[in-house]
Amino acid sequence: MPQKKIGTYTVDVDDEGFLTNSAQWNKDIAAVIAKEEGIAELTPAHWKVIEFMQKDFKENGAVPTIRKLNKMGVISTKELYEIFPGGPAKKAAKIAGLTKPAGCV
Amino acid sequence: MKKVIILGAGTGGTVMANRLHKRLDKKDWSITVIDKDNVHYYQPGFLFIPFGFYTGDQITKEKSKFIPKGVEFIVSEVERINPQNNLVLLPDGKKIPYDFLIMATGAEIAPAETPGMLDGWRESVFDFYTLEGSTALHEKLKTFKGGTIAIHINEMPIKCPVAPLEFAFFCDWCLRRKKRRQDVSLVYVTPLSGAFTKPVAAKRLGALLEEREIKTVTDFSAERVDVAHKKLISYDNREVPFDLLVTVPTNMGSELIERSGMGDELRYVPTDPHTLRSKQFENIFVIGDATNLTSSKAGSVVHFQSEILADNILRAIEKRPLAADFDGHANCFVETGRRRGILIDFNYNQEPLPGRFPFPVIGPLPLLKPSRLNHIGKLAFRWIYWNRLLKARSIPFIPARMSMAGKKIPEQS
Repeated sequence: MPQKKIGTYTVDVDDEGFLTNSAQWNKDIAAVIAKEEGIAELTPAHWKVIEFMQKDFKENGAVPTIRKLNKMGVISTKELYEIFPGGPAKKAAKIAGLTKPAGCV
Repeated sequence: MKKVIILGAGTGGTVMANRLHKRLDKKDWSITVIDKDNVHYYQPGFLFIPFGFYTGDQITKEKSKFIPKGVEFIVSEVERINPQNNLVLLPDGKKIPYDFLIMATGAEIAPAETPGMLDGWRESVFDFYTLEGSTALHEKLKTFKGGTIAIHINEMPIKCPVAPLEFAFFCDWCLRRKKRRQDVSLVYVTPLSGAFTKPVAAKRLGALLEEREIKTVTDFSAERVDVAHKKLISYDNREVPFDLLVTVPTNMGSELIERSGMGDELRYVPTDPHTLRSKQFENIFVIGDATNLTSSKAGSVVHFQSEILADNILRAIEKRPLAADFDGHANCFVETGRRRGILIDFNYNQEPLPGRFPFPVIGPLPLLKPSRLNHIGKLAFRWIYWNRLLKARSIPFIPARMSMAGKKIPEQS
């Protein structure tokens, strides 16, 4: 399994850089991944999304969809695209230390 | 007397009625199928209607004709499922108790989910996932003067994720045959990052789009349709202009699932991916498009699921452990125009690969490569559907679980 050095931490990742063990995640790691994804600073709006995703993942075993974030009143889809530009579901999941969102086969 | 209720008499419900009728002991068990209407569409046929290849009556039959004698068939809306008390509630107040429930309620298009889409509905914006839509589109295409046709997927998952590709290939082919291709530009607009969900097939199908001079716009998540200015607008503020929009709107499960509080945000029922049992209720099973599984929403998938589901219902009745046998197997013919087609065969873990099907070397069907035989296979499938698949008769050489025989893993380039 590939590993990646993030700051002073070494984490297990998949081919696309998603953490494979969410227990290795912390807020410093999130900030570094965010920078790699072109997000200079994680604001409270980002954290609201990240924290919901982590909680929902824990409860349901899957990364919540953009539609679910919208429906549960976490964030509107428009705003989500603004704060996680270019593929928000994947980007937010990556920063949150979750697996790649399951697409259809 | 114990009862199995099957909700929905589409592909999944009909196959299950036939399978269980053969396998359940008639002394102890009765089967009831409930559907809101009595019209069974051969849904893969919708694609052929806009181009005049099929007419509506070739793909329409009565649902009741495929329900075996001895199975009760009720044509009625269902008000609600009450899974806590094992009841199905009808609008006339009737309550039908069940021992086991099979949900085969399918998926449907939901154009109202996208602001503006209904403004030009069946005037400049068309679907081809309903008989009404594809028939209206047939009329529209006859008089279309030229300009840009945008072929659009609004949101995944959709039924038959290859159908919009097939539509694009048919469009190109028909325009070329009529020597009008130069008057029309074709744009394929998708929320995916490529032509298909998986890399090898995406590359091959993407190359075909390019070869046919169909422009591709990827990662496009539509926020709204501006019919007055004839453009699609994405959440990240990109625009695709069109003269004619052929869209696959957001697909959602039945409203009944929402009314019963049993679905996710797209009204699909959380289902165990391998046993096909509801994640919430032990005596409820789910088949086909109604599930929240990542397997394709396609008829072949339903056929494969039905074998495993019938086994599991018998196991559940006998209080034996369920078999976790469903592997996400799908097997789809993809029309590429010019009387040729591609065949793809894949499952949860194995993406579509090139090779031969069902046997190595001798095939006879080539995988992931346009061929005449695959086209003939697709056309023959309509007969197979009505005469074998719905009646749960076996289809030779195509087992429920995917086989790697004949598949070739392409070398990394």
